[in-house]
Amino acid sequence: MAWVAVKRGPYARSKNELIARWISLTALAVDLVLVLCLWLSEPHSVSIAGGAWIAETSRAWLPSLGISFHLAMDGISLLLVLLTLFLGMAAVISSWTEIDRQVGFFHFNLMATLTGIIGVFLAVDLFLFYFFWELMLVPMYFLIALWGHERRVYAAVKFFLFTQLSGLLMLASILGIYFVHGRKAGTYTFDYFKLIGTPLESGTALFLLLGFLAAFLVKLPAVPFHTWLPDAHTEAPTAGSVILAGLLLKTGGYGLLRFAVPLFPGASIELAPFAMTLGIIGILYGAILAFAQSDLKRLVAYTSVGHMGFVLLGVFVWNEKSLQGVMIQMLCHGISTGALFILAGALQERIHTREIERMGGLWTAAPRMGGAWLFFALASLGLPGMGNFIGEFLILLGTYEVHPVMAAFAALGLILSTVYAVLMVQKAFFGANREGWRIHDLEGKEITVIVVMVAVILWLGLYPQPCLDTAREGLLSLQKSASAMPKENYIEIFRRQQ
Amino acid sequence: MTAHDYTALLPLIILAAAPVVIMLTIALRRSHGLTFSLALGAVILAILALLWKPSLSSHKLTQLLVIDGYAVFFIGLILVAGLFTLLLSYGYLNIHKESREEYYILILTALFGSAILVSSVHFASFFLGLEILSVSLYALAAYMRMNGLCIEAGIKYLILAAFSSAFLVFGMALIYAETGTMEFFRLAVKMAPGVGMKPIILVGTAFIIVGIGFKLALVPFHLWVADVYEGAPAPVTAFIATVSKGAVFAIMLRYFMQIDMPHGNALAVFFVCVAIASMFVGNLLALFQNNIKRLLAYSSIAHMGYLLVAFLASGELRIIAVVFYLVAYFIMTLGAFGIVTVLSGKERDADRLEDYRGLFFRRPWFAGIFTVMLLSLAGIPLTAGFIGKFYVLAAGIGSVLWTPVICLVIASAIGLFYYLRVLVVMYTPLPEAAEAIGYSMPAGILALSMLMVLLVGIGVYPGPVLEVIGTIGALP
Repeated sequence: MAWVAVKRGPYARSKNELIARWISLTALAVDLVLVLCLWLSEPHSVSIAGGAWIAETSRAWLPSLGISFHLAMDGISLLLVLLTLFLGMAAVISSWTEIDRQVGFFHFNLMATLTGIIGVFLAVDLFLFYFFWELMLVPMYFLIALWGHERRVYAAVKFFLFTQLSGLLMLASILGIYFVHGRKAGTYTFDYFKLIGTPLESGTALFLLLGFLAAFLVKLPAVPFHTWLPDAHTEAPTAGSVILAGLLLKTGGYGLLRFAVPLFPGASIELAPFAMTLGIIGILYGAILAFAQSDLKRLVAYTSVGHMGFVLLGVFVWNEKSLQGVMIQMLCHGISTGALFILAGALQERIHTREIERMGGLWTAAPRMGGAWLFFALASLGLPGMGNFIGEFLILLGTYEVHPVMAAFAALGLILSTVYAVLMVQKAFFGANREGWRIHDLEGKEITVIVVMVAVILWLGLYPQPCLDTAREGLLSLQKSASAMPKENYIEIFRRQQ
Repeated sequence: MTAHDYTALLPLIILAAAPVVIMLTIALRRSHGLTFSLALGAVILAILALLWKPSLSSHKLTQLLVIDGYAVFFIGLILVAGLFTLLLSYGYLNIHKESREEYYILILTALFGSAILVSSVHFASFFLGLEILSVSLYALAAYMRMNGLCIEAGIKYLILAAFSSAFLVFGMALIYAETGTMEFFRLAVKMAPGVGMKPIILVGTAFIIVGIGFKLALVPFHLWVADVYEGAPAPVTAFIATVSKGAVFAIMLRYFMQIDMPHGNALAVFFVCVAIASMFVGNLLALFQNNIKRLLAYSSIAHMGYLLVAFLASGELRIIAVVFYLVAYFIMTLGAFGIVTVLSGKERDADRLEDYRGLFFRRPWFAGIFTVMLLSLAGIPLTAGFIGKFYVLAAGIGSVLWTPVICLVIASAIGLFYYLRVLVVMYTPLPEAAEAIGYSMPAGILALSMLMVLLVGIGVYPGPVLEVIGTIGALP
């Protein structure tokens, strides 16, 4: 199995502190090539529990409890793993000059976080999933607490507590479904494929689903649980912000997609109106708050809240269009927000401030940076032709089918995001250069990263079909496994509720 | 007594003989190295004797003791912990000006007492073992005679532990007065759930729980623990936190596994309350500590609360969860206090939070080990503490103990605060280059490295340990 090496590769290599940067970069590149090969080689699908999977590996780990080291990859995981490796490389390159102390330890933490994230995307054993879920926290905590900006300790502790507490609630739910399944079926197992379709009483299911939602909504983040995000994103070093915004948030979306809804289809229907409302609140609230920020990184952080609102909405709409939209939205948001954080980091390295009020007129000083900034701001507001547009459009389309009013509110978010995105670029890069900034423009490595990111965004915007095809099988089988929720019934339920 | 009986008793005999031998050696020649080697040799010999056992089948020796799988496992655990304590103590004693040799006698008698304790099935041996253990600990806690705090710790421990022993004996007497027996398995018959709880038995059991609660420092019997942990020499603190508490927990589990405690009765409710109170009080008080030893003391209260949640569960997961968590707790507590030990100087122990500022930049290895230990105490994956907490949660949820489980989740989140605080301090650079504190202690460093390997090894691949725990099996 090619990609056991994929998962273990970065981990084994990252411990070596010598020339840590190159080692990390090479490891990630090798993995990226391996996964790309896997993608392009028209993989034979492995059939597990009726679904089509690209690859699978399973080893016994704690057989007495029914825990196995079980990883599997379908189209959804494949795309997200690709995103992880890609952004991982971008993060390593973007911190090339920013991080100047404890370089080895920094890269150890970076790679450990990435390992945890890849593990989350691949694990199909609930215990293993939780294991990776927690594994990514500690190194992330160190990344923020040791290499972050002014209020780093506060931000790191807040991040850690939010995610850890919600993670423990998820663990309680995982154990809950483990025992319920064990009592009914007689075999105690944490295996995703066996747990799926466990018949649950509606009260229990709702209770257990809430445990999972706690973890995923905090990570996503959905609105009442988002307060850790602006702090963590703002105070983290560039690489940390890129990984947080680009990847960690995606684990929340992925968790909803892969675990929360398929494991508890009935309870998900009951909760869907609330979750969708939360999603819409997130879209609007994130956009409005982003508009009010004066700190560049904080602004970008709040846009994430808005964009992840779309993901939450799309997951709970749960039809093919919206799920495809969720996939594209996650990929594009990862890249565009990652790019914005890289640019914000590059800017901060040069002018040592993140205050938008103090910027202005930077375009003349750094036209390449300004251009890149404008591009990703436009991508983030969902300009047609860029990937984010496809994602948000598909989600809205899917939502419209089941709930036109919600779709209308969500579409408002698109307008609001235009306001903050344009305003941000205008304030920072145009106008008078009051402080007389003279900065050097983007350089070789930075340009390479940005150009590749631009290319990917455009590709996803103009020709997303390959990604849609790759994800389709996985999404269909997710829908099938949550078959207690056929589309027609779903619409009826909504009609009734209206 | 047959030869077979002696084989079964061999570890205990070795532990009993070793202090006598060492005492005689000291009378002939005072040498720290020699005494240390003798003590170390005795413990290793006892461990070997334990492993050499012909069979693990339960072996009853008189009415007082039984050497079954359970006892063998816990004697082994206690001896290994004793081994690590010895390794940590050697360097620590070397830099202090006290007479060092008697220390080892006390450690060995304490080990002997706890070994008796975990293999006893009779009130008499229960009490005797506990007293041998406690009396050794009084002296150990006050071992650094020139240090005021140390004396204070010793006196406090003496008074409170003596008090708790009095409660314990009184409880035993009440139960004996009613049932006419002191053997656990006979008591089990007389106190079977169907027979009906007489008030006097309930009162007696309550007194026994009070006595045990003192030794385990459960809330509301926890008041001594912070002062004693702070005052006692660091390796002794490690010893009290692990061997003493572990042995008492083991005997409590054995007692209450034989004497069935039906769920929902007054005792079970009492235990739930104590568990919840311990988790919250321990973690909340630890938040405000600037002294590492006190912080770890309060965190140990919380850990005893977690253990009680597993203890309250039923089914086969109960014993696995308790025993696994105890193993993890032993390793991480020894490791954490081990770090305090190796960093301690001549005048005082390295117990202030400030002593750890920038440790990562001065002693990266110690900081790394301490980080792993603290993360394990906080229950983060890749460490034994995580698997332990997982088992505790699994046992709790499997027995539908939702209230304690949810309290455990919230309490662990609170607990994170102070572990993270220590971590942050360690990784904050010092403003100016401060002198490195602590001395070089090769034996201690060896012990710490082994503990770290164990902790991570069990955290990643707990299979073998679980297999061993599985062989303990159900009690007779």
